[in-house]
Amino acid sequence: MHEWALAETVIAAASSIAAEQGFSRITEVTVRVGQLQQVERGILRFALLQLKPAGFENTRFRIISAKTKLKCRVCGYEWLFQKRRLSPDVAEAIHFLPEVAHTYIKCPRCGSPDFEVIQGRGIWLETVKGVK
Amino acid sequence: MVDPRSHVIARRLAHVARVIAVSSGKGGVGKSLVAATLALSLSRDGLRVGLFDLDFTGPSAHIILNTGELKPKEDKGLIPPEVDGLKFMSIVYYSGVNPAPLRGVDTSNALIELFSVTLWNNLDCLIIDMPPGIGDAVLDLLRFVNPLSFLIVTTPSKLAFETVKKQVVLLKEVGTPIIGVIENMKMTVSDEIRTLTESLGVKYLGALPYDTELEDALGNRKKLLKTLFARKLHGIIQENLKP
Repeated sequence: MHEWALAETVIAAASSIAAEQGFSRITEVTVRVGQLQQVERGILRFALLQLKPAGFENTRFRIISAKTKLKCRVCGYEWLFQKRRLSPDVAEAIHFLPEVAHTYIKCPRCGSPDFEVIQGRGIWLETVKGVK
Repeated sequence: MVDPRSHVIARRLAHVARVIAVSSGKGGVGKSLVAATLALSLSRDGLRVGLFDLDFTGPSAHIILNTGELKPKEDKGLIPPEVDGLKFMSIVYYSGVNPAPLRGVDTSNALIELFSVTLWNNLDCLIIDMPPGIGDAVLDLLRFVNPLSFLIVTTPSKLAFETVKKQVVLLKEVGTPIIGVIENMKMTVSDEIRTLTESLGVKYLGALPYDTELEDALGNRKKLLKTLFARKLHGIIQENLKP
C-alpha cells in the first residue's frame, strides 16, 4: 500500500490548492500517473476515497494513466517505457523509486543510462475543481 | 500541473524532533563514517534515531552498518528497517549493488520521493548522510526540511577546509544553524583548523584521530563502536549534541 502514501500527497496538495482558491467543496480532482512508477490505479482510488477530508465528500477522482516517454541524452533516441521488458524485482524497485530506472534501463540504440524522462515519471496533480 | 509529493514532507517529519545533516564540501573526508557512527552511538544511548543515506550516487552507510538483505516494509508508505534499533533508509534497497547514475533533476526527484513516502514516525533525531558539496541535496533539504541543522566534517587539509568555508557562508546566508565542525583524520598536533573554524564564527567541536583500526571495523557495528574514532566521536556528542 505504498499508493496510500502517494494518495496522501494528492489530498494534501489538492487541499492546499482548494484553500488558495477559496473552494468550500471540491467537485473534481484529476490525477495523472506515469507508467514508469506503475501505480495501481485501483489501490490509489481506494486510498483517495478513504482519505478524503471535509469538503471532499462528493469529489470525483479522475485518474489518468500517462505513457512514459524516455529520451537518450547521448544519441537523442526516444522510446516508450515497457514494464513487460523488466524482471519483477526490477519493476518493483522502479515502482518504489522511479529514479532507479537509470540503474536498470539503457538506451535501446546506444546503451547509455543517461536518458531523460520526458513524460510519465510518477504522480501529478492535474486539476482541482470546486465551488466557492 | 502540480507535483503533490512535497506537500507531505513536513507531515512525514512532524514527529522527528531534530534533523541533522552531516555534510562537507569535499568527498572522502569521512562524512558517512561520522554520520553512521553518530547515529549508532545515539541509538545505543537510548535515543530513537534514523539514518538516511542521501548520497544516492555513492551510498556507503549500508556497508558501514552491514545491513545485509534488509528492505523497507510497505504499509501505507515505506517503513525503514531497523539495524540495532536504528531506522535506516537508502537508495540501495532499490538499486542494489548496481550504479545509479543520476543527474541533478533525478537526484531531486529521488530525494522528494523518499522523503514523501518514508514513514519515520517518532524519532528523537534523524541523521542525514549527505553527498559532498553544496548541490541539489543541500538545496533540497534547505527547501523542504525545517527545522534543520548541519554538522560539518573536514579533514586537516586546507583543500577540504576551503570547501567548508563556502558551505558555512551559504548556510549562514540562509540562516540555517550549524552545530559545528568536526576535524576528521587528524594526524598531527595543530590548532589550524580550530582557528580557521572559529574565525568563521562556527564552533569547533573537536578532532577525530586517523584510526588505522577503523577499516577492519567496517560492517561490524560492535567493533566500530569500540574504535578510538567512535569513542572520541561519542565524547563530542556528549558535549555538543545531547538534548
